Amino acid sequence: MSTTEYNGSELVVRALKELNVKYIFGYPGGSVLDLYDALFQQEDIEHILVRHEQAATHMADGYARATGEVGVVLATSGPGATNCVTGIATAYMDSIPMVVLSGQVPTGLIGDDAFQETDIVGCSRPIVKHSYNCRSAKDIPTILAKAFYLASTGRPGPVVVELPKDMLNPELKFPFEFPKTTELRTYNPNTKGHSKQIRKAVNAILEAKKLVIYSGGGIILSNTSEQLTHLVESLNAPITNTLMGLGGISGTHPNFIGMLGMHGSLEANKAMANADVILALGARFDDRVTNNVKKFCPNATIVHVDVDPTSISKTIKAHIPVVGCLKTVLEQLQTAIDKSPISIDRSAQEDWWRQIISWREQKCLSYSTDGDKIKPQAVIEAIYKATNGDAYISSDVGQHQMFAAQYYPFKHPRQWINSGGLGTMGFGLPAAMGVKLAFPDKESICVTGDGSIQMNIQELSTCLQYNLAVKVVSLNNRSLGMVRQWQDMMYSGRHSSSYMESLPDFVKLVESYGHVGIRVDHIDELQPAIEKAMSINDRLVFLDICVDEKEHVYPMQIKLGAVDDMWLRKGVKA
Amino acid sequence: MRRILSILLENEPGSLSRIVGLFSQRAYNIDSLTVGTTDDHSLSRITITTMGDDRIVEQITKQVNKLVDVLKIIDLTEMAHIERELLLVKVFAQDETTRAAVTRVADVFQGAILDMGRHSYTLQLVASTEKIESFLDTLRHESDIIEVVRSGAVGIGRGDKALKA
Repeated sequence: MSTTEYNGSELVVRALKELNVKYIFGYPGGSVLDLYDALFQQEDIEHILVRHEQAATHMADGYARATGEVGVVLATSGPGATNCVTGIATAYMDSIPMVVLSGQVPTGLIGDDAFQETDIVGCSRPIVKHSYNCRSAKDIPTILAKAFYLASTGRPGPVVVELPKDMLNPELKFPFEFPKTTELRTYNPNTKGHSKQIRKAVNAILEAKKLVIYSGGGIILSNTSEQLTHLVESLNAPITNTLMGLGGISGTHPNFIGMLGMHGSLEANKAMANADVILALGARFDDRVTNNVKKFCPNATIVHVDVDPTSISKTIKAHIPVVGCLKTVLEQLQTAIDKSPISIDRSAQEDWWRQIISWREQKCLSYSTDGDKIKPQAVIEAIYKATNGDAYISSDVGQHQMFAAQYYPFKHPRQWINSGGLGTMGFGLPAAMGVKLAFPDKESICVTGDGSIQMNIQELSTCLQYNLAVKVVSLNNRSLGMVRQWQDMMYSGRHSSSYMESLPDFVKLVESYGHVGIRVDHIDELQPAIEKAMSINDRLVFLDICVDEKEHVYPMQIKLGAVDDMWLRKGVKA
Repeated sequence: MRRILSILLENEPGSLSRIVGLFSQRAYNIDSLTVGTTDDHSLSRITITTMGDDRIVEQITKQVNKLVDVLKIIDLTEMAHIERELLLVKVFAQDETTRAAVTRVADVFQGAILDMGRHSYTLQLVASTEKIESFLDTLRHESDIIEVVRSGAVGIGRGDKALKA
């Protein structure tokens, strides 16, 4: 038996190795210098030095979304920790597995308003799945094992671990005891759906005349895309995805009727409004989906499957709730469907599909190509073609995010990386960097705008340091497009603070960071520029594309209306 | 309607703040809250009284249950239960007439006089929240109230059923 002893910092590193951590995204500072020293003296875990801690959280987040593994962040106490708050909230809203290690002043100084002291556990309490204060260094391996277990099981989410400086003291040594299994008596993530509920659900699904499957981020998180596709095909049901659920079934699948919600397709929202049974899988009836809850799908029986009971009947009452892990519940549903004596009313289903196809034929995503200005939609379509639809696409938040969701049909789960719940501008670039680190041979593209990119543009420096050859596609409309769109539609065109009068020369900027910048002003330049960008694989390429600033995102739900009350184009209602 | 919720949770630093934080974060109200350890010192028990319709209370229950520190939560309102609250109240009692009247009220409500000052009596009552309200109303008729301290309700189910780990 080994009697080797380790100090707290070494315990952290050893535990992280035990947990198969390959990358830590962070920024050093006073309270965590001992831990940085321990990281320096090993080679298994690579530390990625960001330029701002918020970006560290988004990189870890992008890495987690693309791989399904836990993203790990390390920040110093005080400002280092508070800079992580937006990234933690982003991960929390989208249920992303993340562990944030935060420094803290020594335990003897806690509460004294010491230099760089912040109660980060208190600050982050509403936006974490759980948090730990470490008060005894020998507990570090157990705490980290629990943190990773919580972050990655059930409904995943971020966990904060606060490490006071004296816990990392190199002088105090302890044996390394890593728990073989991790269990918490207060935490049992539900795994199996109740058999009675499964039976009810299956009956409703098979007896439906107008069934719609509505699936969300839960499908991506639970790696159940194949099971979902099989279910859809065995029922021949129409399926819509939430913004977070895109890629859950291939965007090119014939049964896929597009994204639903605020900027969803007409056919998806119409199908929801007219459905008699809605099967919601790992989705949470967010307000950006439902529009006015009082008018939401009044005639539908709602079957709602989710691992988190709080998501069920929170905004929309579920008639048949099923609590359980999607992987197991989908298996249960499929088995019960395959065995059920009830046969689907195929003629009703044909009528239903005919109806949906007639909505689809209205081609709600068509846009005007008049004029010589570059349409943002056309840029996304060109990117789709150039990448054969196989690239990882990260986005920031705003019009470009919606255009990417609408015009890039994602073939695979985890291919679409965006801040759906919190809507965090500045997410895209660091997230794309996390993806590139995980999959260096794959194309990782950040679709952004001139507003969002400036919220974490300092990370271009990190890209150079680690040679992260991501592509940045900026739909530059010289304004905060989505804000401007709302001001056009709801504030009589008063563009209050949505206009950027002092944009930098992005090409020069990215060049000064050591990357390749390409400016595209004219439609004729678009295709060659994209081709040139795609031919460069060893350097970061930034495409600054000057797009039509007057373009709005359509279709768009009409405020306070039903799910299918939509503007199709300027002044044209569905 | 008024609800009384009983929560069994890990007796760890920060557990209480997670519960209180959850209520304020999600705009649920807390009318009263009491907390103490149980016979198992690793567990605390919290009793919260709150107001809300079925939908809200269902969400509160689920959200509290979701907190990693929480072992169990029950809505005592849905079952036969006993509830008690401790009241300490200081009233003016300067003249004999007032003192006699205050003593009579304490007797009728089965309260106790714990202390007396030159100008005041301090009374105790252990009772349901409803009875405490009515005790205070009656006292107000007889004298002026100087200070009120209430523990908030604690509750337990009737019969053999128990909320345990």
